[in-house]
This record gives sequence, C-alpha cells and structure tokens, in this order.
Amino acid sequence: MKTTLKLMATSCLTLTASMALADGHMANEMTIVSWGGAYSNSQQKAYHEPYMENTGVNIINDESSAEAVAKLRAMNEAGNVTWDVVDVVASDAIRLCDEGLAMEIDPDTQLADGDDGSKASDDFGDLLVSECFIPQIVYSTTVGYRTDLVGDTAPTEICAIFDTDAYPGKRSLEKRPINNMEWALLCDGVAKDAVYDVLETEEGQAQAFAKLDTIKDDVIWWSAGADTPQLLADGEVVMGSTYNGRLFSLIEEQKQPVAMLWDAQVFDLDGWIIPAGLTPEREARALDYVKFATDTQRLADQSKYIAYGPARASSAPLVGKHADLGIEMAPHMPTDPNNAKNTFLYNYEWWADYRDDLDAKFQAWLSK
Amino acid sequence: MTEVLAADGRPLKASLNRALRRQKLRALALIAPLLIFILVSFVMPIADMLFRSVENEIVSDTLPRTVKALEGWDSSSGEAPGEAVFNALYTDMALATEYKSHTRLGSRLNYELTGVSSLFRKSGRRVKRFDTDVYADAFRDADPAYADPGQWAAWMSDDTVRAAVPVTAATYDAWAKMIVEVDNDDPAKEEPWDFVYTALYNEAVAGASLPVAVDVSGVEPVSLRDQFVEVDKDWLDIDVWQTIKIYAPKYTNGYFLNSVDLLKGPDGAEARPESERIYVVLFIRTMIMSLSIMGMCVLLGYPIAWLLANLRDRTANLLMILVLLPFWTSLLVRTSAWKVLLQQQGVINDVLVWIGLVADDGRLQLINNQTGTIIAMTHILLPFMILPLYSVMKTIPPSYLRAAKSLGATDWTAFWRVYFPQSVPGIGAGCILVFILSIGYYITPELVGGTKGVFISNRIAYHISSSLNWGLAAALGSILLAVVLLLYWVYDKIVGIDNVKLGG
Repeated sequence: MKTTLKLMATSCLTLTASMALADGHMANEMTIVSWGGAYSNSQQKAYHEPYMENTGVNIINDESSAEAVAKLRAMNEAGNVTWDVVDVVASDAIRLCDEGLAMEIDPDTQLADGDDGSKASDDFGDLLVSECFIPQIVYSTTVGYRTDLVGDTAPTEICAIFDTDAYPGKRSLEKRPINNMEWALLCDGVAKDAVYDVLETEEGQAQAFAKLDTIKDDVIWWSAGADTPQLLADGEVVMGSTYNGRLFSLIEEQKQPVAMLWDAQVFDLDGWIIPAGLTPEREARALDYVKFATDTQRLADQSKYIAYGPARASSAPLVGKHADLGIEMAPHMPTDPNNAKNTFLYNYEWWADYRDDLDAKFQAWLSK
Repeated sequence: MTEVLAADGRPLKASLNRALRRQKLRALALIAPLLIFILVSFVMPIADMLFRSVENEIVSDTLPRTVKALEGWDSSSGEAPGEAVFNALYTDMALATEYKSHTRLGSRLNYELTGVSSLFRKSGRRVKRFDTDVYADAFRDADPAYADPGQWAAWMSDDTVRAAVPVTAATYDAWAKMIVEVDNDDPAKEEPWDFVYTALYNEAVAGASLPVAVDVSGVEPVSLRDQFVEVDKDWLDIDVWQTIKIYAPKYTNGYFLNSVDLLKGPDGAEARPESERIYVVLFIRTMIMSLSIMGMCVLLGYPIAWLLANLRDRTANLLMILVLLPFWTSLLVRTSAWKVLLQQQGVINDVLVWIGLVADDGRLQLINNQTGTIIAMTHILLPFMILPLYSVMKTIPPSYLRAAKSLGATDWTAFWRVYFPQSVPGIGAGCILVFILSIGYYITPELVGGTKGVFISNRIAYHISSSLNWGLAAALGSILLAVVLLLYWVYDKIVGIDNVKLGG
C-alpha cells in the first residue's frame, strides 16, 4: 500500500513538474507547421533562421501541413491548439476560414508594406483569396516530360497528355479532379474562360470524364508530390503533372533528362494562416513572425532555395541566384513571362462549392 | 443456532465480507489508472466516433428560427418558402455571421448539395448591408427612445413589454447574448442592430402594442425574400430549402445512407445516381482483398512457421531475424521498395525481360492495381501470421508425428491428421490479426493500389483529413466495425473463438 502511494505521489509530481517545465519552455518558443523536405528547408533558411537570430524566439518545425486541416479541427475541438503558424495551400486556408479555425488578418495593419511603399493589400493584390490567408508563394502544377522518350517532336502544349498516338506510354496525373477536369475540357475544345461554366453542368462533367476516359488506361494516378519526379526519373512515365518546384530540382539538381511543358500551368498559392483561439501573447508572436516572414525581402530570399515565385509584386525584382547552384532563378519562376505565356487560373470559390460533389464522382469514375 | 464470532466480537460472516470488500476496493483502486486510461483513450473516442455518424445539430443550432419557420413549408409545393421563412433566415444569418458559424454550416450542407457553401458565404457577407436599415431609421426618427440602448434594455427586462412584442424580445435576447459573447460589449450601451428593429416592425404591422406608440404604416416594407434573392437567386431554388429541411433534425441517418450509396430525400432513402456510387463497391472490394491477403499470408506463412518451429535453434534464430527485420523497418520504406521492384521499369520486370520470359513491350503490370496491393500488403502483414503460428507450432511435440508414422501413417496423413489439427488455433489467431489489420490499412493501398486496389479506409482517410466530412467518415467506420464484429461472430460459430491461440 505504502509503495503504491509513493509511486502515485512520484508520478503526480513528475507530471506536474514536466507540465511546469513545458510551460516555461513555451514562453519563447513557437511551433510552425509546414510541408517538410526542400520546401521547409527553404523556409528555415529564408525566414526561421534570421527571425530566430533577430528575436531569440526558438522555432520548432512540425511537418504536418498535409493533415493540417483535420488536425487543427481536432485541436480546436479539444480546446488545445499547439500550433502557432501553419503553412497551407489557399484552398485549405479557405476551408479553415470557413470553419472558423483560422483567424482573420487585416493585411494593411498587420502585414508589412512593400519596400516600394505600396500597401500590403495592393502588393499581394488578388492573391489575398481569403480573409485568413497570408500568401507566401505562387506555385504551379505543370507537366514535365522525358526528353529521351518523346521522340523527335517534343510536346509543346498541354493536350500532349491526351495524345497517346504521338506520345505513347504512361503519364502520371494527380488522383483528384482539380486540374485534370480543367485540362480535359481545354483539350476537348472548350474555351479557357468558359471552362468553369461548362464544368458546372452535368453534360460538361460528362464531357470531361469522357475525355479522361480516352487515356484512363495509360494513367498512373499520384497522390504524393514526390511520385511524378520518381516515375519520370525511372522512365516509368513519359510525362506527368507535378509542382514546378519538384520538376526544377529533378532537372537542375538531379540532372535528369526531363523538360517542362509550362503550357496551361495551373497557378496555385501557398501561404500562412494563424490558428484561431491562441492566447493574446502567442497570437502577438505569431503575427510578429508572419509580418517579418512575408515582407518583400524575405519572400524574395525564399526563391534562392526553391523555384517558387514570391507572392508580393514588389519581391519580383529582388529574385536572385540559387544559393547552391548559382543559376538565375527568375527564368524558373512560374510567373516568368516566358513560362507564363498560357496559364490557367484556378478558381478557388468554384472548387470550394464543387469539390465534394466532383470528388465523389471522380472517385466513382476511377473505380469503374 | 449460535453465530460464530470473530476476535473483535462481530459476526464472522460480516467480518469476512468486510475484509473481502476492502480487498476488492483495493484491487479496483490499483487497476483504476488503467481502467480510466482505457475509458478515456479508447472507449470514449470510439463512442464519440459512433455518435458523430448520426449527430447533426449544426443546422438547428445555426438556423433555429428558420428551421422552425420551415415546418409550415411543404416541399412538394414546388415553390420556395415565403416571407416569414426569409424573415427568420435574416435574423439567423445576421447572428450566425457574427458567430462565424454560417460558413461552417455552408460547408456542412455542401456535402449534400453543391453550391450551398458559396451561397452561405456570399449571403453572410451581404446580410449586414440589407435595406432593413429603413426600419431602424423610422423608429429612431419617430421617437428618440428607440435610439437609446439603455431604454431598450429597460423595455426588454419589463414583462409587459415582452408579452406585447414576444418575437422582438426573443430577437433582442439573442442579439444581446451575441454582443456579450462575441464583442465583449454591454448590450445596455449598444444600439440594437437592424434585425431587431425588423422584428419590431413586423410585430408593429401585425398590430402589437409597442412600448412607445409609433405609426409605421408609412414605412415602405422591405421584402427580405427579395433581398436574399438579390444576393443569390439560388435562394429560390427548392433544393436548397429541401436540403435545409431534410437536415434540420438534431439526428440524421443521412450519413449512413450516404455510406451505402443512397440519398436522403424528402420521402426517405433514394438511390444515388450511378455516377456517384462508390462505397458499396469499395466495401466489397475491401472484404475480398483482405480475405485474399489473409489467404496468401496463410499459404506463405505456414511453411515458414513450420521451419522456424522445427529447425535447429541456431538456424531458426537466424530465420526469425529475417522475419522480424522487415517487421521493424518503416512501413513507407518497405512500400517504396516494392515500387522499385514491381514497376514496369522495375527490377522484377527487368529480370523477366532479361531472361526472355516477357517481351520488352509486354512488361507485366504488377503495381498500381490489385496485384500490387496484395503483394505489398501480404509482405507487410506476413509477420502477424508467422508469429502466432510459430508459437503454437512450438508447443506441438514432435513425438506425435513420429508416433503416427510408426503406426503406419504416410507423411501426408501424419501431417494432415495429426499435425495440422493441432496448428489450427495458430491459423485462427493469425487470420484474425491479418484480416482485421488489412481492412484498416490505407497507406499501402494508396501508394501501390492505383485505382482498383484502394480500400474503403482510403475514403475514410480522405473524409477525415481532406474534406472534413467527419460524419460520413464516422458512418463508414461504424459500418466497417459492424462488419468486423459480424465476421468475428461467424468465425466464433464456425471455428469457435476458444480455439484461437496466440501461443503456449
């Protein structure tokens, strides 16, 4: 009996002590959630390290962005949000904002002005797609192809995906309707600005699926960003869609015989949100970090480490050379005029409505 | 009959009972931490998950007045509801916008009807700028008392006023509650918002006696129906209202209907259009593939376990390490290794082409289909079959086989009649482990399963982490749980659950 009591007392003490210790640490620490890999590394170099040096705040990295929406909701329901700043794609930011899980930001008072004097709201412009979203980079989903497997005439436009006669072999596409449905319609003769109007109708959806049907047996569907680069490197596919930064490292860092199509690349955004319901002290620190990390210079710095375009207009002129490879980064940005000759704008509001429905149809179509 | 007494003079029986009770309590206290831990971390989450599959309070919590007003609306009338419902919606929406719960409800209803999400988001943005400010102005111009927050607070604590304008009073209460909770302000210092005046106007027109008489007959009425329709004409869409009405109750079977490819319509369950049916197929596929994986594990695991149990200790230990080493390796690493091996430009195909078994343009499709899932999952789950088999086989005395043979049995008869029946408990335990683990797997099927090799758990994972449709995920999970329990029951009936051994 005595031993039990002692044991229980000790464990209680240890518990309180460790909680107190955790509290003490909290004071000057913040947890920042991101995607991991090369992307987190670019943030570590461009944002975290200078910020930690300036302020003495210790930043802990958590690589949970892929499950951020679900985890934030669970934390919110449990009443214990342990994250301070979270990196998410724009569509997730909209969802989090809708669910009341992210706090609303006023760009002009809470974010830094551009170094050319422009207000933050003008500097970010249209990229402020949600009240809760602080844009960081513009990336694009585009197609890469094996230069040695496509024959003499390299593909120049997006519809090469659907042209199995000219470019036989497997292609890899993302296992979700977004982007694929749009590309299918574009290649089935629908005008670019009519795509979403067509896709709203049952017939339009059937048309997109019919177009995708023509290549269904030739597609390997990917769900992780690393899949297409691996498939391309192994020669498993002739072409495949993925994020432009992944293709950049495949081509420039790993020197694989791969080239990029850029045609009809779909722009998407990635940025920060601050979870709702933080204590005032943590909220202030999160805001301070975000203000620092999204100023003109910091956004331009990030592009030294990864081929994604800064979300501020004022950062574009500051984009320099890659930190290790020493090559100019501007021509590798999705927003570079040479690459952005024909781009497609991803319609967030539309997909927020149609995502549930079309995803169900897409999955049903896939399993047939 | 004299009672036997204990040393302290009490009846022995009572004394014994007391000692026993004390012991029991002490035992309970000792296991209490574990019991509480299991309750908190295991039973409660499962109960919570099961509950989520029917829980649907969000609609009536967010739009309480609208839901009530909709009771009188007949969805088969072919007409969108009238002004009364839109009046209720106006109050609900204005409040929900402040609580930021309207977009949340929009996402919830968007699972059932496409477009509701943006409809609610848009309406929430506009609802504060509706033309109803003319009512507020009219009252304030007619009598300054209506512009005085303190006066409002006084009226609303006066029972005769409350009885005269009950709807206004209820609306004011909801507004005051919101002011306190959201803005942290004092309602007695804040002028009520437009929707409170709107309620007051509606009651004034209906002939209620106002706290200070005001003639509102000169005020041009604002049609809230038109105001909402101006924001988005989808508010005239019957489907929107039908969806709200169908999902108004606090509990719904809608998630369960969705998870068996049905649809909750106004008159009960309806079939879903064929282009959206997926879950039944996935359930069946999950069962069939899990059974195949289980079968493969028995076929491959049985001989290995036999070897492990019957070889010399040194060799057996080495073999055991070979079984356990992959078991300790990261799941993702193993799955990725299978990709490298199985893909069309992969090691296995290369070897087959090199030895001339398959042509270079006819490389086998071994991954991104059901074959890939079965191969990778069999490999990953094999140790769960081998280990229980091994521990059961270890207890079968080798002398039994020798005895059978010395009595004239052939090798096969000796194995089949003597050895095999004794190893059945191990097969049972291994099968249950492998089957239950495999129906819940989703990472491996996602990576190597392509389109035809994914399981129901992949959809559950999608709804948990991506679409946030936790109700549907919970319903799918509950069905899966029920199927497992059913199969367990069938197993118990056929083989007998006492006949399962994990060892010794």
